[in-house]
Amino acid sequence: MSRANLLAVVILVLLLGLWEAACRILVIPIFILPPPSAIAKTAVLHAPLILPHALITGLEIVCGIGLALAVAIPLAIGMFAYSWLEKALSPFLVASQAIPVFALAPLLVVWLGYGMAGKILMAAVIIFFPITVNLLEGFKGCDREFRVLFRLMGAGFWQTMRLLYWPWALPHFFAGLRVGVTVATIGAVIGEWVGAQKGLGYLMIQANARLKVDLVFAVILWLSLMGLFLWFGVGWLEKKSIRWKNI
Amino acid sequence: MLSVSGLTKVFDQQSVFSGFDLTVTRNRFAVLIGPSGCGKSTFFDVLTGVTPADGGQMSWQEEEVCHLGDLAAYMHQKDLLLPWFSLLENSLLPARTGGGDLHQARSRAIQLFSRLGLSGYEQHLPHQVSGGMRQRCALVRTLMFNRDLILLDEPLSALDAITRKSLQSLLLLLQSEFDRTLVMITHDVDEALLLADDLYLLSVKPMGIREKIVLHGDKPRRFDNPELLAIKDSILQKLEGDIDHVSC
Repeated sequence: MSRANLLAVVILVLLLGLWEAACRILVIPIFILPPPSAIAKTAVLHAPLILPHALITGLEIVCGIGLALAVAIPLAIGMFAYSWLEKALSPFLVASQAIPVFALAPLLVVWLGYGMAGKILMAAVIIFFPITVNLLEGFKGCDREFRVLFRLMGAGFWQTMRLLYWPWALPHFFAGLRVGVTVATIGAVIGEWVGAQKGLGYLMIQANARLKVDLVFAVILWLSLMGLFLWFGVGWLEKKSIRWKNI
Repeated sequence: MLSVSGLTKVFDQQSVFSGFDLTVTRNRFAVLIGPSGCGKSTFFDVLTGVTPADGGQMSWQEEEVCHLGDLAAYMHQKDLLLPWFSLLENSLLPARTGGGDLHQARSRAIQLFSRLGLSGYEQHLPHQVSGGMRQRCALVRTLMFNRDLILLDEPLSALDAITRKSLQSLLLLLQSEFDRTLVMITHDVDEALLLADDLYLLSVKPMGIREKIVLHGDKPRRFDNPELLAIKDSILQKLEGDIDHVSC
């Protein structure tokens, strides 16, 4: 184990130990702050209850990412190909970021109901911006000399896109996606808080109302694990597709 | 034969060159030499059609063309190899984008790899090999354009002295073995003297040909020839004079 990993584990253990000790020594009631041991126990024992909700939330996040990609990639390519399109659209893109997306959550319930659609949209709206902007910046960062070379080789736009621009922008794309997937979790959960019949956000609200704080924490633990899983999943995908950066 | 006449390019109301004439006969190695910033790169941009000319004509093999973008291959001081493709895939790019027979191109590329001493490195990624090998791969790619005219934009200036020497002889192969016509721009007087048949000394602001020097003798030349040294001295003097003139 490297020195950095060792330190990370030590810090984690210390924090958890401190928390555990505080709960026991100060005799904090379990409905205010449960100790980590109780949370872990609940997270495992209630797994059959949590799992179906986690699947729903997970599906919402993945669909949200898919939807965001389906819009972001063509949009970034279009804005890269036509600078007038970029000029026309960028004010709207920036404005869309100025809107507090979470404030839209109640509206999405009104428009799309209690089902998954609203949550998927919520997640997609949040992450679509960093992906689009990063991808566009990646395309634009391509060196002039390479563009000239491709021009002289007689390559068309799509050919140049496939062979040059896309691989060139991949590291930027993954940087955007990495940020995106972690925030997508927030989007889906907030969507569920506002109005849902399933999902981890829904489960949290229910447990909170009944002062089952240990279950609330257990759900947070599950959510964090899902976020970590997505983060590392993207990292793995990035390593797989960008082998040339490992110089 | 490449012929350029009256070529003019204006930037911000300042002419980079105006009425520029140049004729390069088939299978010659022409080298344009001038100080940095004299407009050499802009000249290549106009030749290749990257920026439009503001006047003048050019023709290749007696046929008038707008630019040489579809007629010339191009080699830059950066090797411009795509880091995500193997050396072989990089060399095949002109065939892929040009829509030729890939199978045939592949066997030709492999042949060229062995001719230029790259055998066994076909599947290596660019970052796994030395700068000299990368530039040799760029040379293979240049040949894979299958174009008779090759434009060289200071192709060796990023290499160390020893690697450079071996690549200079490879550049000469383009002329002697592959029958190409070459136009190179550089600010390296030694390199120009070693490689050129026709040496064009450029003047600055606006860029023009101030003197054409025809060099003789087997190539690559050696600097133990007193005649060559004398030419080198006179070129350096003239270029230095230009620089003093500019800085005044």
